[in-house]
Amino acid sequence: MLLPILILLVTIITAAGFITQRWWFPAPINEYASWFDSYFAINLILTGAIFIAAQLAFVWAILRFRNRGNPVRYSHGNNRLEIFWTIATLVLFVGAAFAGSRLWSDVHLSATPANALRVEVQGKQFAWNFRYAGVDGKFGRTKVQLINDAAGNPFGIDEADPAGNDDIMSSELRVPAGRPIELKMRSPDVLHNFFVRELRIKQDLVPGMEIPLRFRADKPGAYEIACSELCGLGHHQMRSVLVVLPPETFETWLKDKAAEK
Amino acid sequence: MTGATVMPAPSGAQRRASYTGLYAFLVSVVMFFAGFTSAMVVRRGGAKDWKPVPMPDILWVNTSILAVSSVLAEKARRDLRNGDRTRFSVTWSLATLVGCAFVAGQILLWRQLRDAGVYMAANASGAFFYVGTIAHAVHLAGGLGAMLYLCYRAWRLQLGPGRRTAVDVTTIYWHFLGVLWVYLLVLFLVLAR
Amino acid sequence: MRRYIFSTDHKVIGIQYYLLALFSVFLGMALSVIMRFHLTYPEAKVRLFGMLWPDAAAGGIMTPELYLSLMTMHGTIMVFFVLTTAPQSGFGNYFIPLQLGAQDMAFPVLNMLSFWTTFVSLLVLLAAFFVEGGAPLAGWTAYPPLSAAGAIAGPGQGLGQTLWVLSIALFCAGSLMGAINFITTILDYRTKGMSLMRMPLTVWGWFVAALISLFAFAVLIVGGILLLLDREAGTSFFLPEGLRINDRLLPNQGGSPLLFQHLFWFFGHPEVYIVIVPGMGIVSTILSVFSRKPVFGYKAMVWALFSIGLLGFLVWGHHMFTSGISPYSAIGFSVLTLAIGTPSAIKTFNWLGTIWGGQIRLDLPMLWALGFLSLFVTGGITGLYLGQPALDSYFHDTYFVVGHFHLIMGVAAIFAIFAGTYYWYPKVTGRYLNETLGKIHFYITFLGVYGIFIPMHFAGLAGNPRRYADFAQFEFLKDLNLLHKFITHTAFTTTAVQFLFLFSLFWCLKRGRQAPENPWQATTLEWELPSPPPHHNFGPSPPEVHHGPYEYSVPGAARDFRMQTEPEP
Repeated sequence: MLLPILILLVTIITAAGFITQRWWFPAPINEYASWFDSYFAINLILTGAIFIAAQLAFVWAILRFRNRGNPVRYSHGNNRLEIFWTIATLVLFVGAAFAGSRLWSDVHLSATPANALRVEVQGKQFAWNFRYAGVDGKFGRTKVQLINDAAGNPFGIDEADPAGNDDIMSSELRVPAGRPIELKMRSPDVLHNFFVRELRIKQDLVPGMEIPLRFRADKPGAYEIACSELCGLGHHQMRSVLVVLPPETFETWLKDKAAEK
Repeated sequence: MTGATVMPAPSGAQRRASYTGLYAFLVSVVMFFAGFTSAMVVRRGGAKDWKPVPMPDILWVNTSILAVSSVLAEKARRDLRNGDRTRFSVTWSLATLVGCAFVAGQILLWRQLRDAGVYMAANASGAFFYVGTIAHAVHLAGGLGAMLYLCYRAWRLQLGPGRRTAVDVTTIYWHFLGVLWVYLLVLFLVLAR
Repeated sequence: MRRYIFSTDHKVIGIQYYLLALFSVFLGMALSVIMRFHLTYPEAKVRLFGMLWPDAAAGGIMTPELYLSLMTMHGTIMVFFVLTTAPQSGFGNYFIPLQLGAQDMAFPVLNMLSFWTTFVSLLVLLAAFFVEGGAPLAGWTAYPPLSAAGAIAGPGQGLGQTLWVLSIALFCAGSLMGAINFITTILDYRTKGMSLMRMPLTVWGWFVAALISLFAFAVLIVGGILLLLDREAGTSFFLPEGLRINDRLLPNQGGSPLLFQHLFWFFGHPEVYIVIVPGMGIVSTILSVFSRKPVFGYKAMVWALFSIGLLGFLVWGHHMFTSGISPYSAIGFSVLTLAIGTPSAIKTFNWLGTIWGGQIRLDLPMLWALGFLSLFVTGGITGLYLGQPALDSYFHDTYFVVGHFHLIMGVAAIFAIFAGTYYWYPKVTGRYLNETLGKIHFYITFLGVYGIFIPMHFAGLAGNPRRYADFAQFEFLKDLNLLHKFITHTAFTTTAVQFLFLFSLFWCLKRGRQAPENPWQATTLEWELPSPPPHHNFGPSPPEVHHGPYEYSVPGAARDFRMQTEPEP
């Protein structure tokens, strides 16, 4: 009878871990993350119910039908049941896929608002760099041959292009709270991935591609950026911070950086 | 205990099994070139640097050679089925020889391309052309090996209308290689020009 | 030499494959133990590490590159040489001819070649440990550009990565040879009366897995060849323009890193079904035998296997939701991915239906099969989150994924292997595996695997990224130290108990309790033969089959089981 007890045990402990939320998502910092958390909760209830029901069914079956000389109900199956649970699970699972696609479309299939702040993100072995367009609103041309971290030019901005003269570099991603942000992901070496837990989104950085990622952060604070695609021996050290500032503070910071140039 | 113990199997099972095994193998070869095709399509679609590959005339010569070889192999196969072992041996050997000529022709083709500046590393279109034709040649070499082995057995008088499964199966493979070659040609003509 | 080393007897080859997998699993476990130790005690100086890896673990402290290379090899060894080998090539080779009433596989020489190709493939892979730079560190998924750029991309990325690619290519060849053999044997060498719908579900499992292999491995070879060319021949299949690695500018142009991912996962997802489907067949049979009841819904089980096989080829994009693929295709992949939950659910319901109303005998094979049931549900259910791209945008590349795939592959599939081992050991050796050791093995392993991999889900919920050599750099990871310590120590214990199994496996060869010809009173053809079966199995007179394989407790019958060869009714 040990097995049913152990199944019960692991079921209870697992359920407890999910219910107590002892290790959980960090607090959401925007509306999207709140929707994400609600949608996840619905999924959790659904899968949790299935999980518990299944494990209990196994426990019950083992206890009820353990060999005590009881007569066996000979049967090769039940076609009606087969059809029933085929349709039921198909509806449930495929329904979930469609339900979840709304969240996905929100991030990836919606247009960038006109007032979005554009920031270029570069993931490189093994550091993050961020670039703002400056007063002219244009990003200067970059050349990979010109990349020079020591000289403060991690993006390889081409001096010959005047649009790049006012570009602002930062090793932290600073954004104003409440304003839509559009990130452009770039990498000059290998795959990386930009991940901020509080935003609930991540995106690979693919050499040869410029991939957009849109979000809006509402709660000021500092949130860690963790590389989430194996990029080499410094992968675990590729860290930066998303700093969400009140809009005025952000503007001040931007002005100060511009003045430094 | 080991070696060539004849296994009593349901009658005809061994003959049937040879066909099944071949068809299964052909499925995986098709999947290989399907993967190759999709890689080529994707790569061509995404790149701005696609340079057309010149198609030297020897390409058409080789294609004809392969076609002739297939015709000969099929003729030989039917000769064997009808019991004409001598005619089979001659025609099969001829088919094999012509098959070798195809390989020689391919080597010439690669040499000509290299002389024309088409390298593996030079351009993606060239790279795909080499990978496709070399992969085809590798599969063909296997087929050629089988044909040579059967030549040997034919001249040793070990084949006959009742012992022809290997010939049948090898011929099907040989025809398949011909069809595959034509497919690759069309693919390159459409995409690599 | 000819008799055992290069034997063409399917039973010998099956054992050879099984032993290859056995060696590989202990090697793979050793690597994972070292990895877990490092994650929990990253500052520890261990003399052994310094001795084994004087460069990569100088002073006994493991470097990140060493951690990543151990991780890469752990994944590669486990996925290919354990999970794709033991359930399919190990058990399949031994039991397909027996369960079909055949003398041997369709192509015995090809069979022998397929094993030795796989063997050489393992040698080539292990050689990577010993070459300059050591084993590769790009993960078992080997994504370019990291895997394509060559030695400048990091230690192990030179010769080590090349050996890795060659090893995989050889493995593909060996697997294809095996698949051809399995398919031909199952289609053409069934004995009289053994129609397709009278085959045990074990054979159906091996059949579907072989079909999947046939379609999937060839595409991996394409990916491997193109990767090799990018590394060695200066091509640009996967390497785009403008790469700057380790201060070196690479001359490549126009390649697409995503192309590799597509090729890899087009193989990679069907691969996980190759891993689990034979186990499903084994579990179906064992549940039936030890409940003394036919399998519930045999036809549905067969259709579910084929659905899983087919749908498995249409879902690869769910490994790439955050990779930069079109968001529209992500939705398409998501719908198909969740749809594949249906045939798996059907199978689970039918397994429950099989034991429901039966006479459950909790012998060791049944314990493992029931354990499989519990773990399959747990591991499978989290697929619901990962198959939805919005949710996956949080969980991708976190320990949530690591927990998920370990539960379903590294645990459920392994439980099926153990179930098969305890079930068929008496047929292969004539003796039982030790009951007491087996129970200790089972219970501690069952608790242990839950204890290792459920907490990984919690780490994933907290956003813990995977493939990190240590967790010291991030604030949010500091809260997880206790969790990781728990995982590590549970892993140590669970690994230790596997040595009991290893001991029992060899000890009982000579000292195990003698078993009769049909110790479990099962109905399929292998149980009619002596243990172990003679060289040509059934001899000159093949058996004739009159029933399906799961006629247990037939009403009105004298015994509660009916051998497949028993004459009508």
